[in-house]
Amino acid sequence: MSELPLTRNVRADRSPTDLAAYEANGGYGGLRRAMAGLAPGDCLDIVKDSGLRGRGGAGFPTGMKWSFVPMENVSPGHKYLICNADEMEPGTFKDRLLLECDPHQLIEGMILAAYTIGADVAYIFIRAEYLKAAQLLREAIAEAKAKNYLGRDILGSGYHLEMHVHASAGRYICGEETALISSLEGKRANPRAKPPFPQVSGLWGRPTIVNNVETLCNIPHIIERGPEWFQGLGLGGDAGTKLYGVSGRVKNPGCWELPIGTPVREILEDRAGGMEDGYQLRGFLPGGGSTDFLVDEHLDLAMDYETIGKAGSRMGTGTMIILDDRTCPVGFVKNLIEFFAQESCGFCTPCRDGLPWNAQVLDDIEQGRGQLEDMDTLEQHVSYIGAIGNTHCALAPGAMEPLQSALKYFRDDFLRHIEERTCPYREVH
Amino acid sequence: MSEQLHSLPAETLTLSDAELAEIDAEIAHAPYRAAVAIDALKIVQAHRRWVSDDCLEALAAYLEMPPAELEGIATFYNLIFRQPVGEKVILVCNSVSCWIKGCEGIRAAVTEHLGIEPGQTTSDGRFTLLPITCLGACDRAPVMMVGDNKFEDVTVERIPAILEQDEGATPG
Amino acid sequence: MPVIRVDGQDYEVEAGGNLLETCLELGMDLPYFCWHPAMGSIGACRQCAVVQYQNEEDTRGRIVMACMTPVTEGAIIDLTGDRAAAFRRTVVESLMVDHPHDCPVCAEGGECHLQDMTVMTGHRDRHYRGTKKTYRNQYLGPLIHHEMNRCITCYRCTRFYRDYAGGTDLAALAAHDHVYFGRHREGTLESPFAGDLVEVCPTGVFTDKSLVHDYTRKWDLQSAPSVCTGCGVGCNTLPGERYGRLKRIHNRYNDEVNGYFLCDRGRFGGNHVNDAPRIDYPARREADGRFRALDQAACQAQLADCIAGKRLAGIGSPRAGLEANLLLQRLVGAERFNSGMDDGEHKLLQRSLSHLVNSAARNPSHRDIESADAVLVLGEDLTQVAARTALALRQSVRNEAYRLAAELKLAPWQDAAIRNLAQDRRSPLHIVSAGSTDLDDVAAGHYRLVADDQARLAAQIAAAIDGEPSGDAAVLRIRDDLLAAQRPLVISGASAGSAALLDGAAAIANALARAGREAMLSFTTPECNSLGQALLCRDSHASFESLEASGAEVLIILENDLLRRLSPERVEALRERIPIWIGIDSLETGTLAYCDLVLPAAAFTETEASFVSQEGRAQRAFPVHPPAEARRPGWQWLLALARAAGNTALVALEHFDDIVPTLAGEDPVLQGVMRAAPDHQFRSRGLKIPRQPHRYSGRTAMAADVSVHEPRLSEDRDSALAYSMEGSAAADRPAALLSYVWSPGWNSNQSLHKFQADIGGALRGDSGGARLLDELTMPAVAEAPRPEAFRRRDGQWLLQGRHHLFGSDELSRLSAGPAERAGRAHLYLHPNDAQSLGLAEGDGVTLEGCALELRIDASQVPGSAGYAVGYPETLALRSGQWVPLSVASDWQRPPQVIGSDREAAS
Repeated sequence: MSELPLTRNVRADRSPTDLAAYEANGGYGGLRRAMAGLAPGDCLDIVKDSGLRGRGGAGFPTGMKWSFVPMENVSPGHKYLICNADEMEPGTFKDRLLLECDPHQLIEGMILAAYTIGADVAYIFIRAEYLKAAQLLREAIAEAKAKNYLGRDILGSGYHLEMHVHASAGRYICGEETALISSLEGKRANPRAKPPFPQVSGLWGRPTIVNNVETLCNIPHIIERGPEWFQGLGLGGDAGTKLYGVSGRVKNPGCWELPIGTPVREILEDRAGGMEDGYQLRGFLPGGGSTDFLVDEHLDLAMDYETIGKAGSRMGTGTMIILDDRTCPVGFVKNLIEFFAQESCGFCTPCRDGLPWNAQVLDDIEQGRGQLEDMDTLEQHVSYIGAIGNTHCALAPGAMEPLQSALKYFRDDFLRHIEERTCPYREVH
Repeated sequence: MSEQLHSLPAETLTLSDAELAEIDAEIAHAPYRAAVAIDALKIVQAHRRWVSDDCLEALAAYLEMPPAELEGIATFYNLIFRQPVGEKVILVCNSVSCWIKGCEGIRAAVTEHLGIEPGQTTSDGRFTLLPITCLGACDRAPVMMVGDNKFEDVTVERIPAILEQDEGATPG
Repeated sequence: MPVIRVDGQDYEVEAGGNLLETCLELGMDLPYFCWHPAMGSIGACRQCAVVQYQNEEDTRGRIVMACMTPVTEGAIIDLTGDRAAAFRRTVVESLMVDHPHDCPVCAEGGECHLQDMTVMTGHRDRHYRGTKKTYRNQYLGPLIHHEMNRCITCYRCTRFYRDYAGGTDLAALAAHDHVYFGRHREGTLESPFAGDLVEVCPTGVFTDKSLVHDYTRKWDLQSAPSVCTGCGVGCNTLPGERYGRLKRIHNRYNDEVNGYFLCDRGRFGGNHVNDAPRIDYPARREADGRFRALDQAACQAQLADCIAGKRLAGIGSPRAGLEANLLLQRLVGAERFNSGMDDGEHKLLQRSLSHLVNSAARNPSHRDIESADAVLVLGEDLTQVAARTALALRQSVRNEAYRLAAELKLAPWQDAAIRNLAQDRRSPLHIVSAGSTDLDDVAAGHYRLVADDQARLAAQIAAAIDGEPSGDAAVLRIRDDLLAAQRPLVISGASAGSAALLDGAAAIANALARAGREAMLSFTTPECNSLGQALLCRDSHASFESLEASGAEVLIILENDLLRRLSPERVEALRERIPIWIGIDSLETGTLAYCDLVLPAAAFTETEASFVSQEGRAQRAFPVHPPAEARRPGWQWLLALARAAGNTALVALEHFDDIVPTLAGEDPVLQGVMRAAPDHQFRSRGLKIPRQPHRYSGRTAMAADVSVHEPRLSEDRDSALAYSMEGSAAADRPAALLSYVWSPGWNSNQSLHKFQADIGGALRGDSGGARLLDELTMPAVAEAPRPEAFRRRDGQWLLQGRHHLFGSDELSRLSAGPAERAGRAHLYLHPNDAQSLGLAEGDGVTLEGCALELRIDASQVPGSAGYAVGYPETLALRSGQWVPLSVASDWQRPPQVIGSDREAAS
């Protein structure tokens, strides 16, 4: 089995790795290497060459994102690095593992990222309910500071960085990077229009990079071991490893680091142990609550950005949610739409007023009050709300993904609800 | 009809030294005082369980920001409570993975055990029941939190022991 | 200029704009909500969607928001196609999911942008079957009514109230489809621009309470172009009337003056024409002191009786039009004509005028003011004295943000992006004043000094700009900021009562001009025609003292309450020297009680008049409706008096338009007033211009309770406007005659863009008044002596007036809502001074025979005492006076009358 750098310090009991243990296992080696002789531009080249893509869901090449940060002729002031630890996507539980089990890995990755873009202040924006993780991070930052991995003149390099933990007050939209910035400024977490991109005008109007936890955790290893090593970890076109997870009616739900591009079937059957007894697979969301359903025919696809994209969905966060044959697909989608409607920031019309309307239609159908023309309304909503650009940010288009694919794969279930004027899964469930 | 009112001197609420010290620590690394609004709301809430109108006004004054703006922030976020809550807030995850695994039954069991619907507080002031979005432990669904503790693989049968004895708690 | 293709047709368009404003400028109907021409784009409502194609080969295209999409060369968009239209229709359907069907009882109905856009998008059939959510409304004070159920969450209200106007007590609360726009607690909206929410809100969430309670639909309102009489700024207004009552005042767009916004004094301060005691008939005072009404013949006889062959004197009025004042001046002779101001005020205005004329700095319009990149305010709390100017300054401090945005190639209309980028980085604004001001929140520096010290500081700044060394940090900081700017602006005015301060302001502006900057210099003026009076009396002005000694037998007082300017004793003294007084006024003022003959004047909504604003801009107000009963415009009474006096030069005058050309023949500057608006012979397409929209209803039935015969239309012989719905309402009619804005499909005030050549630019039929001062020459004034530095005195306090938007002027407190906002006058002391007197907040303080409630205010200069200017209880007080203060014995805090319409909410 190939190397699994991200979880090498994760123990079976999920107990946290302290600084001594982290260092003992080679931790802060990447930082030492960079501080001893790599210029920010060198680090940027390494990350660019590694082919690392953002692990938060969108899969944007990390090095390219960083390269948009202006390094010369910047008006005086701070630059910021922000770690997006606001893990709130339904069905997603991967970052929690990294935060709770190996906080120093993240901190080292953040220091390297901040160094690369020239940031002097870094924040970890962590969701409100991750109490233990937030506490561990605060302790780890203090430990790192004591060892001069953080603070003034890090390891004698002349580079300064301060790091803070900000615990959210709870809103899914804070996971959207510009909304996260609004929230970190102490404001309502309304997303911002792009351009300007945060790389040039982000936190407090200054150049800012926002990266996901898992993305940043890869950085120390890439800096230490080099881009070729990292590329060698992946199975297909993508580089590195990926945290994959499975939840739903499977025998062994969980989260595992695997080479990126591992086939869905391998994750589902070898890792998650296949379906629970008495349950059949009907479909799955490959990467969290805002990705399109895939079905049986997709089980042998590689879980990487391109392959899943071609199949009509997105790899997203890489944490799959399984729809079984005894769970109502209409109820499943309704649950998600209600979540997204509730978590809309209320800024733009299709999301704020369209999603609750959509949820009301789904509720009618699920409760047996649906009418045939409701199917047209749902289709209409998919085109109205579902395209990027129709709305102010990606929340509502994401919300439409499970619905649009459910209408494709489980259309008969919707029609049965309408015809039978009840939920056919009710007795079974 | 005109109404004559003698305006009453407002009773001003003062924030405690402990609260102010924690807020000051946040302000120390913020570009301006109002930037710590969310942290400050959370600090005050940690001390008082909820943020009253008077408290909101006192905090706005301390952060040198308009109370209306602070109210806009406080009411935006799910976990800032602008109404009194019980000693422990019960958060039952209702997102999709937990829904598949029967979170509705868990919620109903809590309601049955405590006699409160979501949004309500027990008459003895011990518990408030709230729905919560995905808690990020979907492999151990259904999941809930009681106070600062997290409970995984929850079953209807476990509810009394969870609520009364924190049985099976792990840190949140 | 880029060429874009819209629906297959190529258009050459302005570069730099967004697709929405570009399409609107091209005359296309593209619906929108959140975009506002003065506030730019944020992309919230998603209503202005169009389909944009990458190139000619692109057949799919993608939906973009026109307001967020820059115009680019070769852009190809589809506006009317099915896909864009369907999207826009669904947006409206989403907005209507919760919108109540209460249009029939909504004060916005008939001029609702949401109604217009709903019809425009073609949304008709409702698919949503759920229930509508409802909200609790808030009590927002006496001026604004709140109805949250109607909200479509476009965020315009908070963007205007907070972002544009600096208000702090209205915010977006809650999230998702529960977003609520309100205060954190019920209570009066504090912003002086809260009333603009009525026009900014695209539907009926914020409505005008006086209109709600005395309701008429827009299409039933008769309206005419008018000018606000609330202060010297000269905002253009559109009062609406029905049944002889003023129903509301709306903003009338003028790109150089008020743009899209009015202050609340202007919007709500006009109801005195309905509410305050008015005089309906001429009356003569009998021996018993009571007045007896006169019929027309008796009145004529009385006039002749009073003045034929007599030596006349006159007191004009800065709240009356220039024409009436000019008539009075010519009737009584310039040497016996007082402008209506006391000598001190007159001299300050002459000094301001001379500085404006002789300075190399530009006397700016508001548009110019908004372009200033550094501002120094000397001695004025602008929000209280010239609120609209303060609003312009709030925009000028954003020039630093626009500069930063330009570095990132962000267009100025990218509102949210620019605010996020700039955060609190602003162009410098320095405020030198006697106490805190409403602009302090955006000021780079404020300096609390009494008037004399303000003048000393100003002189030092001027010297420092000229290169004189200074060790004063404030002087250096202000100097550096002004010199670092391209377009620095200095604003001062007469409020501080200091001639040396005016000199200092002019000296700074002149020094900046000498240093090669495009400097600007502006002075506030207290009343709507103060500057007109200053122009009229620049060669000759009879002081009140000289009137006493003039030997006049008859004093004619035009629309002036002398008791606001003189003590009762001095009015008595004047009364004793001049045996016959004739008072002309629309309001029942205290001064009329001294008069022998009282003539009922038309109010500002009932007469034509020209006012000269602080910018020196002459602007014409037209009557909205004919005056009722025996009320007549002041100028007509003066013509009647001229006939009675046998004044041959004046009796030939027939029309309003004859006054200025005939009487100001030798004065080219006053002649300029004629350029303010077309004369009565003007016709559009050969027709007069109607005051009533073409849907005006019930004309034949309105008076049916009196007579079933259709009343004859009133004739307007003096203007090109008609009291009628017939005539030409062409979009290119002159701006000065724009009696209402309406365009097919655009019933709301958003139709304005149909009358503009460029969005946010001048109106098509231009002429937004006439700037007079550019042609004026005047001798320079001798510099006032530099005052001594302020030193506090034992047992005495230096009074420093504080102005209040509501309450300090004569008129606004005569309307119920503004009167409630005005409250009672206060005295302000520094905390240490209050302590030394043993006084606490809310205690009573006696000074000069009046008792005022104390406010403790750390911004008050120690040793000085602030007082609310212009309140009935403070009329005897003067800024600069030294007074002893004592604790008022038996002081009881006066009750505050509030919530005059609380019962409506309960």
